Amino acid sequence: MSKKNWPLFEVFIRSRQGLSHKHVGSLHAADARMAIENARDVYTRRMEGESIWVVPAEAITASSPDEKDALYTPADDKVYRHPTFYDLPDEVKHM
Amino acid sequence: MTQEQKFEYLLRLGDNALILGQRLGEWCGHGPALEEDIALTNISLDLIGQARSILTYAGELEGKGRDEDKLAFFRDAHDFRNVLLVEQPNGHFGDTIARQFLYDHFAWLLFNELMQSSDEQVAAIAAKSIKEVTYHRRHSSEWIIRLGDGTEESHAKIQQSINDLWMYTGELYTPDALDEAAHAAGIAPDLTKLADYWHENVHGVLKQATLDIPEDGWMQKGGKQGIHSEHLGFMLAEMQHIPRAYPDAQW
Amino acid sequence: MEEQNMMQRFDDYVADNKKIEPKDWMPDAYRKTLIRQISQHAHSEIVGMLPEGNWITRAPSLKRKAILLAKVQDEAGHGLYLYSAAETLGVERDELLEELHDGRAKYSSIFNYPTINWADIGAIGWLVDGAAIMNQVPLCKCSYGPYARAMVRVCKEESFHQRQGFQIMLNMAKGTPEQKQMAQDALNRWWWPSLMMFGPTDANSPHSAQSMKWKIKLFSNDELRQRFIDMTVPQAEVLGLTIPDPDLKWNEERGHYDFGEINWDEFYNVIKGNGPCNKQRIETRRKAYDNGAWVREAAVAHAEKRAARRNETAAA
Repeated sequence: MSKKNWPLFEVFIRSRQGLSHKHVGSLHAADARMAIENARDVYTRRMEGESIWVVPAEAITASSPDEKDALYTPADDKVYRHPTFYDLPDEVKHM
Repeated sequence: MTQEQKFEYLLRLGDNALILGQRLGEWCGHGPALEEDIALTNISLDLIGQARSILTYAGELEGKGRDEDKLAFFRDAHDFRNVLLVEQPNGHFGDTIARQFLYDHFAWLLFNELMQSSDEQVAAIAAKSIKEVTYHRRHSSEWIIRLGDGTEESHAKIQQSINDLWMYTGELYTPDALDEAAHAAGIAPDLTKLADYWHENVHGVLKQATLDIPEDGWMQKGGKQGIHSEHLGFMLAEMQHIPRAYPDAQW
Repeated sequence: MEEQNMMQRFDDYVADNKKIEPKDWMPDAYRKTLIRQISQHAHSEIVGMLPEGNWITRAPSLKRKAILLAKVQDEAGHGLYLYSAAETLGVERDELLEELHDGRAKYSSIFNYPTINWADIGAIGWLVDGAAIMNQVPLCKCSYGPYARAMVRVCKEESFHQRQGFQIMLNMAKGTPEQKQMAQDALNRWWWPSLMMFGPTDANSPHSAQSMKWKIKLFSNDELRQRFIDMTVPQAEVLGLTIPDPDLKWNEERGHYDFGEINWDEFYNVIKGNGPCNKQRIETRRKAYDNGAWVREAAVAHAEKRAARRNETAAA
């Protein structure tokens, strides 16, 4: 039998209700079900989470760092997207 | 039910958890994958935790000043009340999983019922333990299915493990006088009722795992009354040697 | 971008304390050094489970048993985080394990010493984990993102390890005469190997300069060793135990403790494989891995069957 290793899964955990899932690391498992169990044992031993996502690492498509400039710098000069861009008269206390 | 009987019944619960937890502890650092090493240790930790709360309560009830450690480290094999199944050696991973699987399905049914125990402490311990046991049962059942419905080699191995351990299962669900007294006192459930569920659940998983279900033939018994296999003595010698060598020491 | 420009950008990033992430360009030597460093660290965690693991079944109280189980389990977790960090650099865990099993890879030599009495578990937590924390805390700020993040997790979990060890030592040092003797014996045997954990002297540490420039090593071996000694000596005094070094004394002028010569001959010999437990440790790891092969294969086979059945159902 050819040697087959358990594939890699990326693990995302929501630490509590109301927050989004956050990447915490990875692990190996034969399938997604096992990955969930392993993630529970590996990454939530100290009550770090209440919901787990596992994703096969090979299923993730990542942006390339070489495209960083093309993808992200165009946002640099769109300061009007931020509320601090707008001056309000002092009389307006909250907006 | 007398206090003495109740104490002895609690020892059965506590010793099952202690001895199985001790056995699983032997795996730490030797698992088939790092992830599984961590899983087995988690289960071991849960069991040691259960043993501690049950034995502590047993000691209080007995009223002779014995705490969890006095009960764990200063009793000899004949005073242990665990079933024979949990003291069986780890063997290979399949043997360990089979032992765990057969026990977990029983423990899950038992703790579910013990949550309704007339003894509040027992009910509270059961309510905490059931969450752990639910996970253990899922873990071991999944592995039974993986190994049974995996490769030819794993199928043969896990079938052998199940066959070898089957004769220790009768003791789990066959009541003796003490079990009946505990049931009559409302402390524990009727084991004969659990027996049917146990068979149904275990058979279901074994079928899914494409494994044969062994016949309920001759069953070994005696652990609950303190008559153990040869294995327990060696386990205890290892587990107890430091506190016994230095009985006055605090650690 | 040309290699030279990329190199420039990499150097600037590191100099600015920005993190390098897995898909960023990095020099080959940086990648190789990191793989070696992270995997050695991971190997140390899982080999390190063994000297302590063999006391789990013998822990002298149920509380100690539970604590030790949780601690050794953490080490498995740490190994796992670190292997995962190494894998982001394009190697597989199994390749790394193979290197460990056939002796190509190194791990911390301290784990080639035997644990022969219960106080050794205390001494390992107090001294070995203490030294490890000294080494590891700075790495939370190292230049490689996944490594730094793994180290944050490791350090967060590690802090209980040292305390539980110190507590064992304290209970024994203040306990019966036999217990105190065991504690002193453990300190005698673990003190020098703990100092060796920081590696050779700066003068004999050829790769250090490059690693420091890359910010995957942030303080020199001698600096960390001195820090460890300064921190630990007063703790030994609290325990009422004697550190086995007649030359150890406070140097007012330097503001540090002076200490005796480390036996470097022993250090290099243990690295070479001549320590008391080198063979036994690797043998144990290899056996666990080999004995687990059929289990890992079965899990893969089952996953494949399951996926195939799902596909069939989907197609029908």
